[in-house]
Amino acid sequence: MLTSRRCGAVLSTACLIALAGCGGGSSSDANSTKSADSSKPVTLTWWHNATADPLKGFWQQVADDYHALHPNVSFTVVPVQNEQFNTKLPVALQSNQPPDIFQEWGGGQEATQVDAGKLMDLTQASSSWISGIGGQAAGWQVNGKQYGVPYSLGIVGFWYNKAMFAKAGITTPPATFDDLLADVTKLKAAGLTPIAIGSKDKWPDAFYWDYFALRECSKDTILKSAADYTFDDPCWVAAGKDTQRLLDAKPFQNGFLATPAQQGAGSSAGMLATGKAAMELQGHWDPGVMSGLTTSKEVLGSNLGWFPFPSVTGGAGLAGAQLGGGDGFACSYKAPPECADFLKYVTSVEVQRKFGALNVGLPVMAGSETSVSDANLQTLLKARSSTPYVQTYLDVQYVTSVGQALDDAAAQQFSGDATPEQVVKQIADAAKNR
Amino acid sequence: MTTPTVRKVWFSSRASTQDAREGGRPSRFRWGRGLEISAFLAPALIVYLLFVLVPIVLAAYYSFYKWSGLGPLNNFVNLDNYRRALNDDVFQNAIWHNALIVVLSLAVQFPLTLGLSLLLNRRMRGRAVLRLVLFAPYVLSEVITAVIWLLMLQPDGLVDHAFSAVGLGHLVQLWLADKHLVLYTMLVVLTWKYLGFGIVLFLAGLQGIPQELTEAAAIDGASGFKVVRHVTVPLLGPTIRIWAFLSIIGSLQVFDLIWIMTGGGPGNASNTMVTYLISRGFGRYAFGYGSAVAVILFIISFVVALTYQRFVLRRDTEGALTRMVG
Repeated sequence: MLTSRRCGAVLSTACLIALAGCGGGSSSDANSTKSADSSKPVTLTWWHNATADPLKGFWQQVADDYHALHPNVSFTVVPVQNEQFNTKLPVALQSNQPPDIFQEWGGGQEATQVDAGKLMDLTQASSSWISGIGGQAAGWQVNGKQYGVPYSLGIVGFWYNKAMFAKAGITTPPATFDDLLADVTKLKAAGLTPIAIGSKDKWPDAFYWDYFALRECSKDTILKSAADYTFDDPCWVAAGKDTQRLLDAKPFQNGFLATPAQQGAGSSAGMLATGKAAMELQGHWDPGVMSGLTTSKEVLGSNLGWFPFPSVTGGAGLAGAQLGGGDGFACSYKAPPECADFLKYVTSVEVQRKFGALNVGLPVMAGSETSVSDANLQTLLKARSSTPYVQTYLDVQYVTSVGQALDDAAAQQFSGDATPEQVVKQIADAAKNR
Repeated sequence: MTTPTVRKVWFSSRASTQDAREGGRPSRFRWGRGLEISAFLAPALIVYLLFVLVPIVLAAYYSFYKWSGLGPLNNFVNLDNYRRALNDDVFQNAIWHNALIVVLSLAVQFPLTLGLSLLLNRRMRGRAVLRLVLFAPYVLSEVITAVIWLLMLQPDGLVDHAFSAVGLGHLVQLWLADKHLVLYTMLVVLTWKYLGFGIVLFLAGLQGIPQELTEAAAIDGASGFKVVRHVTVPLLGPTIRIWAFLSIIGSLQVFDLIWIMTGGGPGNASNTMVTYLISRGFGRYAFGYGSAVAVILFIISFVVALTYQRFVLRRDTEGALTRMVG
């Protein structure tokens, strides 16, 4: 599901590390005051999902630096393993001692938390600086109000092996869906596996369906679906038909339905890394995941390339729109006002530049982009800055119950158990019962 | 048969010592004994209450609500969750998969277990090593078993190579990616994992069969097969019935292996009731719905267990459980 993807985004190997402790609570007397009082000592409990360096050490450093600037604010930093985070957070939010600051991916999950009254409204506190993040901050808004702040935002596209493309006689990456299908035929004719996919995890299937929806449906239709959860527009079925057209071309590796996305050399990322497949539709984390799956540290070296998801002729989608998503933080309803000020610090150009220099994500604050030195991430940053619109992964955009139903439905189409119409019906049914 | 005597002896010896000490005051004797019993029983009882009964009651309570796990329980939906679950063909298929695993586990594992334990009961060279080898998989945790098999069953993995090496390369299949085959692949792994446990049970049972009986049957001219059929298997009855009981309950609740190896896929081809419960309940943050599925799973397991106890295990438990109290 979507969680493993984020896991892979930052710390593919760290997924295995289980974390025990999760204690600590904010000092309760800090909650009684509603305005930041620079003399009053407060302790902020901070849950993030970076259980491995460099990010784990980085966040600790950020907390220490902020404490040095504001001696009255102390931190209890709690790294929580990503999969555990998603189980622990609802329970913690339901309790009397929720963490003050925690990982927030925006979209439907955030909306659910807002509906339950668990998040602090940051609209006022962030009004002076949020514009630096630009339109990307919208993914962390609910009903027009800012409840979370992103610090990294990536986009999904095809990572490919230039040498294999050349071997099949492909000179330029495909720009249209028809080009892609033609290239698939060429790669197969050259005896190569065109596309690797980790269908066991389901969300890689949904990437294709999401992207075809983004190409077939207008921006308004997509935004409307996230607000009123209607899927009547014929463009949703058209997305499934495009998906079917791709599936009928049989571009994937043998036995792809049981292939994981990120675990081991046999995973789809591993196949691309070891030259067993020519391309993979994945997020910005893929080079990082691949480097953990091969012995050579240079993943494909200069042979690794990236191209955006091709256009679909006749689709109503906004040309050049990209699918993406990112990481952010939110403050709980019980957090002291210092929490908002700390988020301002986290997304400041200074801290964002340090984050960018780690080369594990794509910073969002204007002026911090140049800190990224990794060539692949630079390509993505360029693509991100030139796109008119980044749509959050649909499984994150919708509330969790609908988002996961979408992943399940797409996976059923990939395994040949659902038609394009049935996929839309399953999503609509889940939306009805959301 | 023997239980009444045993009970009488146990009861009278106990009562007589108590009588001597307490000077024949029955009320105090009962009070003291009650205290003793509750002191010994309390820890287990409290744990049982807190971690078994309370969660069951809570799950039943949640199952009447639509609940995302956040916020108050205020969306009462009556039996809607149950109606949706029972009408969902993915869940119906999951139940069917469980039923298939129950039946096939028994059908495949019984002859294998019996045959191997009869073999291992004989005196032969290397018996201890063989017993160890067969029992080893049971000692491994489910997660480790799943990961090992997952690696071996990869396309072009160890299993495929093994087939090719013995000239059976044409039989190689997409063991985990073929939706028509995946459930049977899982059954092979389950059998590999739990065979050792059955063998240990059966071996213990075989120890209890007096050699005189098999000898007598052999002297009367019974063939090896007839001895097994008419002497060994009937006397092994109680062990077989308990083994089958554990196997059925285990098959109804099978989760770890499948969750790690296939996640219930491809499509929903290897979903069981519990993988469905986890993916729908936790995966979709639908805790009310997940609770309803859990309650259905509980009722199915409970009814199966009670029916089995009532009609199959009755002979074995009679006296031991039903009359002792009286």
